[in-house]
Amino acid sequence: MATTVAPQTPPRTADEPTGAWSWFATTDHKRIGSLYLFTALTFMLIGGLEAEIMRTQLMRPNQHIVSAELYNQLFTMHGTTMIFLVIMPLSAAFFNLLIPLQIGARDVAFPRLNAFSYWVYLFGGIFITLPILFGAAPNGGWFGYAPLTTKTYSPGLNIDFWVIGLQILGISSLAAGFNFITTIINMRAPGMNLMRMPLFTWMSFVVQFLIILAFPVITIALVFLLFDRFFGTNFYEIARGADPLLWQHLFWIFGHPEVYILVLPAFGLVSEVMPTFARKPLFGYPVMVYSGILIGMLGFGVWAHHMFAVGMGPIADSFFAVTTMLIAIPTGVKIFNWIFTLWGGSIRFTTAAMFAIGMVAMFTIGGISGVMHSSPPADLQQTDTYFVVGHFHYVIFGGSLMGLFAGLYTYFPKFTGRLLDERLGKWHFWVNFFGSNLVFFPMHFSGLLGMPRRIWTYDGGQGWDTFNFLSTMGAYLLVPATLILVYNIWKSMKSGRIAGNDPWGAGTLEWSIPSPPPPYNFAAIPRVTSRYPLWDVKPPLASTPVPNTPMHSETPAPTAAELGIPMPYHTLKPLLTALALPIMFGGLMLMHLENKLPHYIFMYGGAAMLVGCLYWWLTTPLEPEHHHA
Amino acid sequence: MSDAHAEHAEHHPTWSTYWKVALILTVITVVEVMCYYIPAFVATPYFVPTLLILSAVKFAIVVLFYMHLKYDAKLYRALFTGPFLVAMATIIVLMFLFGKFAIHLSLLT
Amino acid sequence: MTATAADVGHGYTTTGLPHRKIAIWAFIGSECMLFASLISTYLIYKGRSITGPFPHEAWTDPSTHHVYKAILNIPVTSCSTFVLLMSSLAMVLALAAVENRDVPKHTLGDRILGSSKLWLFATAALGATFLSFQAYEFTSFVHEGLTIRTNLFGSSFFTLTGFHGAHVTAGVLWLLTMLGIDFKRGLGPKDALNVDIMALYWHFVDVVWIAIFTLIYLIK
Repeated sequence: MATTVAPQTPPRTADEPTGAWSWFATTDHKRIGSLYLFTALTFMLIGGLEAEIMRTQLMRPNQHIVSAELYNQLFTMHGTTMIFLVIMPLSAAFFNLLIPLQIGARDVAFPRLNAFSYWVYLFGGIFITLPILFGAAPNGGWFGYAPLTTKTYSPGLNIDFWVIGLQILGISSLAAGFNFITTIINMRAPGMNLMRMPLFTWMSFVVQFLIILAFPVITIALVFLLFDRFFGTNFYEIARGADPLLWQHLFWIFGHPEVYILVLPAFGLVSEVMPTFARKPLFGYPVMVYSGILIGMLGFGVWAHHMFAVGMGPIADSFFAVTTMLIAIPTGVKIFNWIFTLWGGSIRFTTAAMFAIGMVAMFTIGGISGVMHSSPPADLQQTDTYFVVGHFHYVIFGGSLMGLFAGLYTYFPKFTGRLLDERLGKWHFWVNFFGSNLVFFPMHFSGLLGMPRRIWTYDGGQGWDTFNFLSTMGAYLLVPATLILVYNIWKSMKSGRIAGNDPWGAGTLEWSIPSPPPPYNFAAIPRVTSRYPLWDVKPPLASTPVPNTPMHSETPAPTAAELGIPMPYHTLKPLLTALALPIMFGGLMLMHLENKLPHYIFMYGGAAMLVGCLYWWLTTPLEPEHHHA
Repeated sequence: MSDAHAEHAEHHPTWSTYWKVALILTVITVVEVMCYYIPAFVATPYFVPTLLILSAVKFAIVVLFYMHLKYDAKLYRALFTGPFLVAMATIIVLMFLFGKFAIHLSLLT
Repeated sequence: MTATAADVGHGYTTTGLPHRKIAIWAFIGSECMLFASLISTYLIYKGRSITGPFPHEAWTDPSTHHVYKAILNIPVTSCSTFVLLMSSLAMVLALAAVENRDVPKHTLGDRILGSSKLWLFATAALGATFLSFQAYEFTSFVHEGLTIRTNLFGSSFFTLTGFHGAHVTAGVLWLLTMLGIDFKRGLGPKDALNVDIMALYWHFVDVVWIAIFTLIYLIK
């Protein structure tokens, strides 16, 4: 029975689990998504701090605020953190939060494996981050080129942490890849054929294939480096005949698909945000799907464009130049389709919409500098300079991160039941937009004027000084921008406006259920007959979502038990299994000690824990027995 | 869990298929090893392609019959073939990049 | 209020296929890339070791004048290859036995074919035999002067075949677990999916060996 008083808290079901244990033992994709989100945002602050220190060091020529060695650790950890501990997990947060809801499912295909992926990420992230507190952080760049990273040239523990940390993190992504592939193929609601799937789910589907195909390659590259460093093998030992390019090829066969892994989910989010706030369907849905697939496939054929300067010869250079230029086509097509989505729409310039539009602009700039790299002769001038740094920050910060922010502002209400503050959001957007352009645009100039990457200081008077100063000012602006976001999240979680099911008047299934969703998501699995099921009932232009009008309070949603829906057990097994990995790998690192006992205990003990926990997990049913069909 | 019997409802290889496949696998392996011991053949440019084709046949019959891919849902075929082709392409391109096909190219000219 | 509710029970799937089977095929696809990287590296480094021993030809160490024979032993490895191929046959029969457990068996031949315990055991035993051959091979190579550190051949060979062997080992453990369950409570048609998953993994490991045997052992 409706009341006329605004409810103070978002709706909850009576059986919503609470308490710390329910978080450690969760198998609920929505909780796992929240864990990914908050962990990633924390790592973002750490990676951001690393960047601020670097920019302070580079503000003026010949400064000695940090040493060269510390600077190496900073840029290595900044890159590693932002790529593996921030952008990928932010995408994973959305995979978890959104995919089951968008396809009309109650959870992912393998809920415990899903939890396992998160805990492995957390433990791997801690493993690779803690060393910086002891001055032993990885220091070979985020791409760790061998032979620089072999024992001869990197004798300390730094690279060991890097190799092992990345191996652990790779397991997290691979497990999630198998999980989401199965989920998207096999758990779509009746009537949702592939060409009716929301575009975010489509892009995520492509990304999962990129993950399961690319990560094995870096796994092997890292295995070779690990074996060289720990067991004295010769994969990267030039003196024994090893090829200095082996690492580079293997790394970039992974590394290039990796950058599409970084950006496609953000593309998918923007493809949800644009239609919602323009109040019309995405322009050219099939083309958007096919271009995403094409980008994914072509992404495996361009990797050596990172190696134009190593001397592969004209045939190889030309081949990869052509494939790289080709991949610009489906990407450019997307840009146009987003613009045409806005064209003729009734646009509401919410923070989310502004981040989406800003993303399109920033990514276009990054794409243009990217296409400039695709010509090997031109790239010889640009490679290893700040021009490249400018390029990839435009596409990752301006592209991926801004797209993810657009998703955050749109979907935060769905998962917390409260809207983020729009005024704070606008401030976040503008300071962020202005700041990021101020950091990264000057880099195109200093780069073309010859400023190399990865240098800890530089002599003045080479024409780089002003640009570096401007970049640092921009970097300083990003600090308040980020703090505004953090404050907004904190404040809105406590006292943000109640959102209701559908504050935006959007069209896809996730908006048909309460905010936050009950544990079982859908009381009844819907039957889908179009791409925008909610707009069939209430056309977008006719809907006037009123987020500033209190929603009627509703009777609490029924519990799963009342609806007869079996829910998976809470279980600590995924966490414990995940914990075995850093123990086992950490034990390997203890090999260098005089006393071999800790090495044996941790390594074999960790392995035993892994096998034991796996047995325990695999022999326990997921959920209470119900009658089989 | 959904029922698993659906995809086995149609053709199901029998014991007869299974031992024939095993026999073919054995025969091909014997042929391959025999080839290895004929130096005159090993010296020709046909040795490597022959071995590759024979192995490809073994690979295919294990995948199609033992792994049931011939009889199962098309989805599984797609899930395997796509990545398999990407893997093949990667090996081949790497061979080119590291100059491993130079010998063969000179044979063609 | 949105789309109408669909009348689907718990355990509904879009394709009618089981989650686990889709996942294992995706996993196998991923493993193709894993082994492709290992095999590519072996092929890249083929013929580029600065010092011996070498796979297919003898080598005299210029400093010690010790003669190292060609390391690879084709007859022995041909046997182990045959053993692994036969293990796939046993695997396929084990799966059939599990699926057909409830079909009445009239002849002795039928009962032999229909014994899942026999065929699971046979698969595991053949797999373990393959591993013993590998262990014998590896130790004899070490005795003959080839370790994982010796040269590029040693590093790439032992890593590639070691990874394969680790996969076989995991498979044997899986098989023994299945066998244990068969003894404990019996395996029947309702377990067919799980046995099928294991079988797919096992066959894939066999198929990778087919590639390795040809590319590493037979091609010089």
